[in-house]
Amino acid sequence: MNHLTRRPALLRWLFIAPALVYMAAFFGYPLVRNLLMSFQHYTPTTYFTGEAPFNGLDNWRAVLADPLFTDALWHTALFTAGSLLGQFTIGLALAVFFSRRFRLAGPIRAVLLLPWLVPMVVSAVVWRRILDQEHGVLNTFLRGLGLSDGGVPWLSSPSVALLSAVLVNIWIGIPFNMVILYGGLQEIPRELYEAAALDGARPWRAFRSITLPMLRPVITVVLVLGFMSTVKILDLILALTAGGPADATQTLGTVTYQLSFLRLDFGQGAVVGTVLILVSAVFAVLYLRANRADFGKGK
Amino acid sequence: MLPTPARRLRGAWNTAAALLILAVLLFPVYWMLNTALQPASGIAVDWFPSAPGLESFRLALSSQGRSMLTSLAVALGAVAVCLALAAPAAYGLAQSALRGGRAVVFTTLITQMVPGIVIANALYSAYAELGLVNSYLGLILADASLGLPFSIVLLRAFMVSLPGEVIEAALVDGANRFTAFVRIVLPMSRNALITAGLFTFLFAWSDFMFALTLNTTDDVKPVTLGIYQFVGAHVSDWGAVMATAVLSAVPAAVLLVVAQKYIAAGIAGGSVK
Repeated sequence: MNHLTRRPALLRWLFIAPALVYMAAFFGYPLVRNLLMSFQHYTPTTYFTGEAPFNGLDNWRAVLADPLFTDALWHTALFTAGSLLGQFTIGLALAVFFSRRFRLAGPIRAVLLLPWLVPMVVSAVVWRRILDQEHGVLNTFLRGLGLSDGGVPWLSSPSVALLSAVLVNIWIGIPFNMVILYGGLQEIPRELYEAAALDGARPWRAFRSITLPMLRPVITVVLVLGFMSTVKILDLILALTAGGPADATQTLGTVTYQLSFLRLDFGQGAVVGTVLILVSAVFAVLYLRANRADFGKGK
Repeated sequence: MLPTPARRLRGAWNTAAALLILAVLLFPVYWMLNTALQPASGIAVDWFPSAPGLESFRLALSSQGRSMLTSLAVALGAVAVCLALAAPAAYGLAQSALRGGRAVVFTTLITQMVPGIVIANALYSAYAELGLVNSYLGLILADASLGLPFSIVLLRAFMVSLPGEVIEAALVDGANRFTAFVRIVLPMSRNALITAGLFTFLFAWSDFMFALTLNTTDDVKPVTLGIYQFVGAHVSDWGAVMATAVLSAVPAAVLLVVAQKYIAAGIAGGSVK
């Protein structure tokens, strides 16, 4: 660990400098530029004229007064809360289940990762077909069971589409939750369970008073990471519903995209983007606090 | 303790339950493959490909083959850029004595929180001014950002644990810091480099947002963008769409089988995606 300590500090910084320059350009600059853009007036002709005059709080007023923004904020909250709840609960149940020792447990657990490794757009496209009201296999299945005659309008009804998007995202997120939580479970000393069993604790009791408290740091990391990747969701929604029907699945991510890249109003898009950053920042603080223990150990 | 036959029965039930879970969770993947293998079935797709044909794959390759190559080139480029930046940085940061080093690690962690669409929003303006819109270089540089924070954190964690004596010995023998890094630190970090590179490859291969926002023409069109445009228009041939989906999922499936140990290491390395 001390092999580097004698090196002059300047030389060490030369090793770090390229990555720092890159991060300044691809993370730092966009953050600052985004904030500035939210106070500028962009039109479709801006990229020919190069003119984007500052217009004070006009963009912010326009966006905050738009009912679509309020809807998107609400959808994002529902989507994120629903996704995390489903992914985490099922992921934890599977992690506990696969901690048992039985034949093929390892290989099956490994293959379950596949949905998480497939590009999200691709998953969304496949699900779009599965959830099709008339020709989708899910409704074919439900009809076969006699559960539904006309078929559930999974993606075509404004009142169901957001729920469908949540279900698809739960499916995508289960493997990640399962693997991380499984790793955490393996760190819990077995003796604790043996002692609890000697004291006559039933499995549910042992789960509540040993597993959950011991797993807490891992649970925090999983939930915060899940939050970060869910709150900014874009790929999944664009390919699944494109924000529709009737804007029922618009989120902060899709609204930013539409304002900036379809309406070419980068100023208003930057406003929604900035709101997204603010929301993420709150949870970034939580994440860093959860991670601090790690840094203490120099890990 | 349960008697042995009862225990064995319980194990069998567990395996059966696990296989059922697998079947339910992987059904969409099966359905993708099943639909792709039934060309000319129109809208009615059978539960099983009783008469499988590869016609859809031929169609998918002819319409999306170029996009697959683009994805490959962009993903490999992103891996190269990412590792070239992350490896030296991780080496420099793999010590507690560096003043400001901790701040850099914290900053690296925070960058993972910046939503991609925000980056794209601002990056587009900059790219337009620099002439990087619709260019391989532009997309490669942007995609490298998907793997950089993860790679730095992972490689640093690994390099902290390298034995210092070997590097000291090389320095005594007259190697300079850079030579020691290239000749000793990099080879010793081989596994961590493979893991970081693999995840960066997957992130870049899966990238859709930068491909969508930083390209306005079809010059640089990765397969994620290709399949999106495929279903954006009126879809008449789902077989071909699903065949494209299968092809674009191949890297993930291959890596899952071939590089299982690195994937496990990467996920254990923490903050992924």
